[in-house]
Amino acid sequence: MMANLPFVVVGLLFLMGLIAIIAENNLFKIAIGVGVMESAANMFLVVLGYRLKGDIPVKFLPGPVDVYVLPTPQALTLTAIVIALATSALMLSLIVMLYRHYGTLDVREIRRLRG
Amino acid sequence: MSWSVHLPALMLAVPLFGAFSTPIVALGGRRARAIWSVLISSVLLVLSFCLLQYVATEGTAVYVMGGKAWNLTLPSGMAYPVRIILEVDSFNSFIAVIGCFASLAGVLFGLRFLDRFSGKVWYSALYFLLTAGMLGLILTGDLFNFFVFLEIASVSSFGLIAYWRDRPESIEASFKYMLVSQVAAMMVLLAIGFLYGRYNLLNMAAVGKVIQFGLAEKVALVFMITALAMKCGAFPMHMWMPDAYAEAPASVTVLLVVVSQASLVGLCRIVFSVFGSAIVGDVVPWALITLGMISMFFGVSMAVVQHEVKRLMGFHSVSQVGYMLMAFGVGLLAMGDPRQMADFGMTSMKGGIFHMVNYVTYKGLLFLVAGALYYVTGTRDLDKMGGLAKRMPFTTFMFVIAAAAISGIPPFNGFVSKLLIYESSFAVHPALSVVALVTSILTLASFVKVFQTAFLGPEKKEFSKVKEVPASMVLGMAVLTVVILGLSLFPTWVVSHLVEPAATALVDKGAYIGAVLGGGI
Repeated sequence: MMANLPFVVVGLLFLMGLIAIIAENNLFKIAIGVGVMESAANMFLVVLGYRLKGDIPVKFLPGPVDVYVLPTPQALTLTAIVIALATSALMLSLIVMLYRHYGTLDVREIRRLRG
Repeated sequence: MSWSVHLPALMLAVPLFGAFSTPIVALGGRRARAIWSVLISSVLLVLSFCLLQYVATEGTAVYVMGGKAWNLTLPSGMAYPVRIILEVDSFNSFIAVIGCFASLAGVLFGLRFLDRFSGKVWYSALYFLLTAGMLGLILTGDLFNFFVFLEIASVSSFGLIAYWRDRPESIEASFKYMLVSQVAAMMVLLAIGFLYGRYNLLNMAAVGKVIQFGLAEKVALVFMITALAMKCGAFPMHMWMPDAYAEAPASVTVLLVVVSQASLVGLCRIVFSVFGSAIVGDVVPWALITLGMISMFFGVSMAVVQHEVKRLMGFHSVSQVGYMLMAFGVGLLAMGDPRQMADFGMTSMKGGIFHMVNYVTYKGLLFLVAGALYYVTGTRDLDKMGGLAKRMPFTTFMFVIAAAAISGIPPFNGFVSKLLIYESSFAVHPALSVVALVTSILTLASFVKVFQTAFLGPEKKEFSKVKEVPASMVLGMAVLTVVILGLSLFPTWVVSHLVEPAATALVDKGAYIGAVLGGGI
């Protein structure tokens, strides 16, 4: 059970993010929801690469090591974090622009585009 | 070793170079930027033709990024292909050519279209970045690389949709698209995690070779299909599409259309080349068919009632994507059975791929026409337009061609692909082709409405001084018109030389895997 705990947390975090995006009305809270989802996905990748009692993948200090943690998921996570940084910055700037235009952060009032 | 082996990498390097060099070249003035943009996209088009030719003669092109040798798929001493691999077969090289055509048309159209606005240097940079993202999505053979290009395309399109940042609607459309894209991207990332966790592999061909249909794979497949269907605008999550397409500048919308098709290419790669015959049961094919059918009907019925020309076309995109999803669903349904595949599966795949290509050309052209209407009238509201046919003869001519093609009127290219889809879906269930036919008729109805209100009818007083759009914009539209006419005039040649190899390549999972791994793993 303990071994699966990180995956349960990932699932909960992902759902929390999704619920925030769907149910929240404040633009910033929606942005935070997206951030939580991104963290869940990144955590999932990191957890996947972990080997029980494994050591860090790139090791400079001396000493024998039996098991290494997989380096690939960590590289993937780093890439994903950088991309998430770009999208978060863009998302926040769009929120600021929306606030300037509408004077509110409530999505119910920012709805000029309809079907 | 000839230079042509480096074509797949050049297809990504040239637009990236264009993206980062344009702001520097633009220091030399407006004309320098214009010439440079046209040059970059023309070179890209030529390269894509070379790639198509190379794949047709030499077979699937495999290019390894970051390897000492370009063909080092399996580094010595390792059992798995670990590098980023571009894998180009007849399917994605064909789509890439059409994408490059659309990119060139958008560049030409945008030169004068955005004349009255500022920020064109950053527009050009983002435009080429979007082109690079689109081509990356189409050409890559690596799952994580696919995610990265998905995000590159997304981030640049967020910026481009919000180009008119003084319009609240643009920002709102961009934000909507951003939310949908981010949720989709995270789902793709989770799916990649599931597949990586199971097989320790990221290469599509290598995963395809060892894949089974267990629980983790099912979850990954559901995430992938949901996310990519969201990105290409299928029904329940389509609402970003009309907004984003309507609010982006017309030259960008052309490229957004291709990007949605690039997501569909990714969906096809996952479903056919990675999973393929590993998919057991009829649930996945029928899910695709149902998604397609609902998108088709819902999109077009929303389009008929629209008053804004670009929104109308945006809703049509939802319905056109439905055709392709249905075609691929029918193809997948026949996948396991060679007899069914010969009976209707192959026809359906051909119809789907041909429709994808046709959709990019005529939908791109229609959006450019809508942009031209906006350029001369300053409005997108159909009720305010009228009698423009006399004033804009070239635009009218090209609109009629595109509208006839999208409605499936013979002899235009839309007719051929739709006929293939009707024929094959009828074999599965008559109701499918009935829905497709009704959709087609409604499409015709809504474009007759646009033609009638915007181009025919009495001339409005305020448009009495309107002139045809500038030459470069006409040229942009002409690029796509020529492609439509080419595809329409030689349908047999196109189907047998371009579409059929593409469909065969997509269905033949073994060949896709063999190109990277040979007998490996």
